[in-house]
Amino acid sequence: MRTAFISELITQAEKNPNIWLLTADLGFSALEPFAKKFPDRYVNVGVAEQNMVGIAAGLAHSGKQVFTYSIGNFSTMRCLEQIRNDVCYHRMNVKIVAVGAGFAYGPQGYTHHVIEDLAVMRTLPGMTTLTPADPLETHWITQQAVTDNGPCYLRLGKAGEKNLREPADFHPPQKLGDPICLKSGQDAQLFGTGSLLKNALDAASLLEKSGISLGIWSVPCLNPLNEEQILRFTNNQSVVFTLEEHNNQAGLGGRFAELYSSVSGGPRVCRIGVENAPPDVYGDQDHLRRWAGLDSEALSQRIIKELKTS
Amino acid sequence: MQSDIQISFPNRQANIEVLTDLAGRVREHCIWMTHRSNASHIGTSLSMVEILVTLYGRILRYDSARPDWEDRDRVIVSKGHGAAAVYAILAECGFFPKEKLETFCLNGGGLSGHVTRDCAAGVEISTGSLGHGLPIGCGMALAGKRSAQDYRTYVILSDGELDEGSNWESILFAPHHQLNKLTVIVDYNRIQSFGSVSEVLELEPLADKFRAFGWEPREVDGHDFEALDQALSLDSENGRPIAVIARTVKGRGVDFMEHELQWHYRSVKENQLDSALSQVRKPNQQAGGSH
Repeated sequence: MRTAFISELITQAEKNPNIWLLTADLGFSALEPFAKKFPDRYVNVGVAEQNMVGIAAGLAHSGKQVFTYSIGNFSTMRCLEQIRNDVCYHRMNVKIVAVGAGFAYGPQGYTHHVIEDLAVMRTLPGMTTLTPADPLETHWITQQAVTDNGPCYLRLGKAGEKNLREPADFHPPQKLGDPICLKSGQDAQLFGTGSLLKNALDAASLLEKSGISLGIWSVPCLNPLNEEQILRFTNNQSVVFTLEEHNNQAGLGGRFAELYSSVSGGPRVCRIGVENAPPDVYGDQDHLRRWAGLDSEALSQRIIKELKTS
Repeated sequence: MQSDIQISFPNRQANIEVLTDLAGRVREHCIWMTHRSNASHIGTSLSMVEILVTLYGRILRYDSARPDWEDRDRVIVSKGHGAAAVYAILAECGFFPKEKLETFCLNGGGLSGHVTRDCAAGVEISTGSLGHGLPIGCGMALAGKRSAQDYRTYVILSDGELDEGSNWESILFAPHHQLNKLTVIVDYNRIQSFGSVSEVLELEPLADKFRAFGWEPREVDGHDFEALDQALSLDSENGRPIAVIARTVKGRGVDFMEHELQWHYRSVKENQLDSALSQVRKPNQQAGGSH
């Protein structure tokens, strides 16, 4: 996803001379192509995220569109008030880019686990919240961020994720905020974000063996969210599943719970995410996903259990 | 007595009498505004009046009829609690009607208690949480430098605000990028929320700190128009950003407020109003607008 983002940003920057990229000294062996091509529109500000966001706001005040880049917690929480006051409350054209969503940088330890960011960022006023699931969605979502003139939060994984479908099978939705169907299914619907959707697709294959047909949707944009469409797709369901590599409070699952709380007779929301932090195990992304019950086997069992009780 | 001085700002020829007259009117507004709304922070407003008057009276390039003129000089008042003085100077310089000052900090009013962009023409950036202005100023100065525009960016900081680490990220950044059209002005009144700067967190030697980081520090009497003018108008050497350390007096102009911590919080009561106003209202001065 990281590679797809940079490659798309370069494509966009060739057409748009106002696009700038700031980094807080992270992105080694990823950002260099942009820096070489557009040296006047690239700044490594040093390890200084608060300054980076302020500088971005000052540049945006001068008509630039500025992407700030760092690992998830550093580009969001370390400088949260700058994002709130200087970017969101001023409606600045600044795009906060976070890499390492969820446990992508798992072995680095919990300072690098990005599992509270969505809850924080999506509540900031006017913050378009973008959560692509694979490189194909990342290309499209980066284009959407460039088209937008206000604050955006762009939550990316790392380098090397596989596409969840063939390029020919990727059809961008009509509107930002529409969910994208990855697999249709009749028995239950699961809405997820990020590269973790790969595990959902694998879980769906396991569920087929138990005779359960699970529909899977990617939500590449959490805010704005096409509520009307989601309500329509989940009409008459008794339970709806959400899946995120994020704590299970106030992120995607929380957003869906808010949605159904405003309608009568809506389904129960089964929020699948990280239930405990910090982890008491050490290891890579797959290891930590297993610890959190987010591997395909655990997901399929969880869904079977929830469907029985619904 | 109505002032007979008719001059529009900015004006390089504005003499000391004109600037003194303007400063008196700004102080009078500040006293009225905080009195009427029972608002805090009169002391910090009064300490930076000469800084604002020198900037808006003489130094800055702006056109109050076109607040978003691309070539204007940029001002960020990072010490957003000095809002009364900021709104007062902007109104006096024609950015919006002086009558609006009467609504400061009142329910349903038009002006917020900390500097807010959306309510007042001429405000570049809303502030109030300390340590935000200088990074933004760095961004503005960087944009100007890389697009070869010649506007200057001025950022006014309080002394207590320099406790915020974000400033020091910027203080490292600006010389590295040779932001020679960036000027910091420290309103160094040496009183912060809980006591003197020396008691809470010592800043000295402040000029040496800026110098060591690659800035060109200029220490001045922050109530001396000519000294401020010189410090604010001379270019720096070797592409350095400029740090004007303006030694000021908190509550300047009203004897019972000067150097007093309590005037960070208090507002002028009815029985103190005549005394406060008479001290700042020198002969030949009267604030415009209907107080």
